Amino acid sequence: MNGHLHLWLVPLLPFTGFLINGILGRRMPKAAVTAVALLTTFASFAVVLNATIASTSGVPLPYTEICSRPWINAGSLHIDFSFVLDQLAIVMLLVVTGVGFLIHIYSVGYMHDEESYWRFFSYMNLFMFFMTVLVLAGNALLMFVGWEGVGLTSYLLIGYYFKKSSAADAGKKAFIVNRIGDFGFLIGLFLLLATFGTLTFSEIAAKLAANPAWSGGILTTIALCLFFGATGKSAQLPLYVWLPDAMEGPTPVSALIHAATMVTAGVYMVARMHFLFDRSLFALNLIAIVGAATALFAALIALVQNDIKRVLAYSTVSQLGYMFLGCGVTAYSAAIFHLMTHAFFKALFFLAAGSVIHALGGEQDLRKMGGLRKKIPITFWTMTIPVLAISGIPPFAGFFSKDAILYEDFLRGSGPGGEILWFVGIVTAMLTALYMCRLWYMTFMGESRSPGLHPHESNWTMLGPLVILALLSTVGGWFGIDRVAAYLRPADGSIPEGGSWQLEIILSAVAVAVALIGWYLADRFYRRQPGIPGQFVAKFPVIYKVLSNKFFVDEIYGFTFVKPLLAGSKYLLEWVVDVGILGGSAWLLGGIATLGGAVLQRWQSGNLRSYAAWLAVGAAVLLLFVLAPYMFGAAGINITWAGH
Amino acid sequence: MNSTLHIVQQEIPLTWYLLLSAVLFCLGIVGFLIKRNLITMFMSIELMLNAVNLSFVTFAHQWHEVKGQIFVFFVMMVAAAEAAVGLAIIIAVFRARATLAVDRIDLMKL
Repeated sequence: MNGHLHLWLVPLLPFTGFLINGILGRRMPKAAVTAVALLTTFASFAVVLNATIASTSGVPLPYTEICSRPWINAGSLHIDFSFVLDQLAIVMLLVVTGVGFLIHIYSVGYMHDEESYWRFFSYMNLFMFFMTVLVLAGNALLMFVGWEGVGLTSYLLIGYYFKKSSAADAGKKAFIVNRIGDFGFLIGLFLLLATFGTLTFSEIAAKLAANPAWSGGILTTIALCLFFGATGKSAQLPLYVWLPDAMEGPTPVSALIHAATMVTAGVYMVARMHFLFDRSLFALNLIAIVGAATALFAALIALVQNDIKRVLAYSTVSQLGYMFLGCGVTAYSAAIFHLMTHAFFKALFFLAAGSVIHALGGEQDLRKMGGLRKKIPITFWTMTIPVLAISGIPPFAGFFSKDAILYEDFLRGSGPGGEILWFVGIVTAMLTALYMCRLWYMTFMGESRSPGLHPHESNWTMLGPLVILALLSTVGGWFGIDRVAAYLRPADGSIPEGGSWQLEIILSAVAVAVALIGWYLADRFYRRQPGIPGQFVAKFPVIYKVLSNKFFVDEIYGFTFVKPLLAGSKYLLEWVVDVGILGGSAWLLGGIATLGGAVLQRWQSGNLRSYAAWLAVGAAVLLLFVLAPYMFGAAGINITWAGH
Repeated sequence: MNSTLHIVQQEIPLTWYLLLSAVLFCLGIVGFLIKRNLITMFMSIELMLNAVNLSFVTFAHQWHEVKGQIFVFFVMMVAAAEAAVGLAIIIAVFRARATLAVDRIDLMKL
């Protein structure tokens, strides 16, 4: 090992795949498109793996690789195009490229019959490029490039079926809502630049370390701006609204971008800039509160959704809330741990759901499923594991990471805040188990509710990634939070917590107990006494209505923001400014010219003699004008006529 | 009055030359305006040019300035060139339209 990790290859390889498939893909055979897409992604994963191994055997972390110095040079501002590899980036990169590669394999089977197969894979590779840039970025500006880029590819892939207007609208919604968040991110960047004079993470960290007493004030403002960006990208309150609609994209996209990787970018960003967030208690508390509120809020909505992918989408929002709950109490390692296990089991969830949808020929409505356990057994088992994992049943991955977050919350929250956050988390955990088991029962148990359908198991390009992810979702948590925290400590600077193992066991037991309660309730409602949910709805119609309409948030946003904006655009900008002022002045100028032309063209009679007459008259008038003073004696010049 | 003017005075007064020039010029204008035949109009233009020439020469003689006479040569040269080009155009027009009545040569009218 000569110490060169060639990190630049990690983003560049998928980018090459994007260029090849994007430019030539239309004319290439499917097999070639597949080969390019998979090989570049796998090669990228291999480089990451190589770097990881190198980092355990001698290459010191953080490892910096400067690709271009300076990248931007303006006045006193110098920004390098630099990649930084530390423990945090390694974990994230392994997840992004590893899970990304598995999802690429799965897509080969899932997207096989699509017309623009090449377009799908070129976008997917482009996403891998931007996501790895985001993760590896050594400064906030380069991170922002990746941040915007994943937003772009997210938009492109949500609107992949652009002929369907709902998909096109969902893409636009995702893009616009993300733009609102990015506005906050951008302001944060400007403030960082104004405050520290640099955007490089290590330099900011060094400046903060040199001033241990510096906290609050401008740092709070910066942290809040950046966190606002994170709420957009990571679908937190109040900007989560785009994620459920993003399910219009193909299922592998939902798995890769809207569950496993891109939406966790906000969590990653907060962990990456932990040195900044650590200095603002207010921002941290707000992050924890927003995370907890989002977790609970989304879980409540997920309870009554009937579209299998929407349930999963709200569950993603809810789990992202958990991650911010961890970040908010500076338990970054727990948040990243949950990010990792969530990437495994949620990607698996989506892929398995995709397999179910595939088996049913495109049906996504839970009410039309049921009894699929016997018909598609492998999908059934690979769906059962993430249900157990997300519900927090040991020994599956979700138990360890979620337990770590809840434990840290209980310990570290300021004042009684910790217990409240923990309580919200526990309630959410119960709801999570309930809605996930509901989904599981409605899909696989009981009798088929659509007897006409003949489900078929998917092929092995789809089932293979499912099985690998199922394995990861099972063992992914066995590292344990202690080992993960110890590994990440140099990168996220978290302090070991001072709890006791008795407390840890009690809290874990409570968490498992509420998960089992959730499961029991689901078992009762959806298997043994399927009439109960109906009675419940009849008894509390208002609650059901509010939940099934997602708290009317879309309607409220539509009424308070979208409608006035559209009305303003239409009446003020379009009618008054565009049509009225701009169009009107153009029309006026044109009108004057036309009118003038209409009058003047009368002179253009084509009669040569009339032109000559006008010329003569003109000359006569001119002559008169010149001679008038002499003729009427106004001027004193005496022309002496000969012959006096 | 100086002696040079005195000689002119003995012959024909300056005013007469100028009046002749003005009359010729007006004849040219009127001819140009009332005639429809292109060749007649062309001749009217020549008449106007020569009227101007006459006044040039008159003033040149009056002020003892050779410039006026030089100008006359210029005018005559331009008139010759103009006559060559103009007559060529007239022939071309006649071949195309079989008429020289200006009222009918109005294709470029809007």
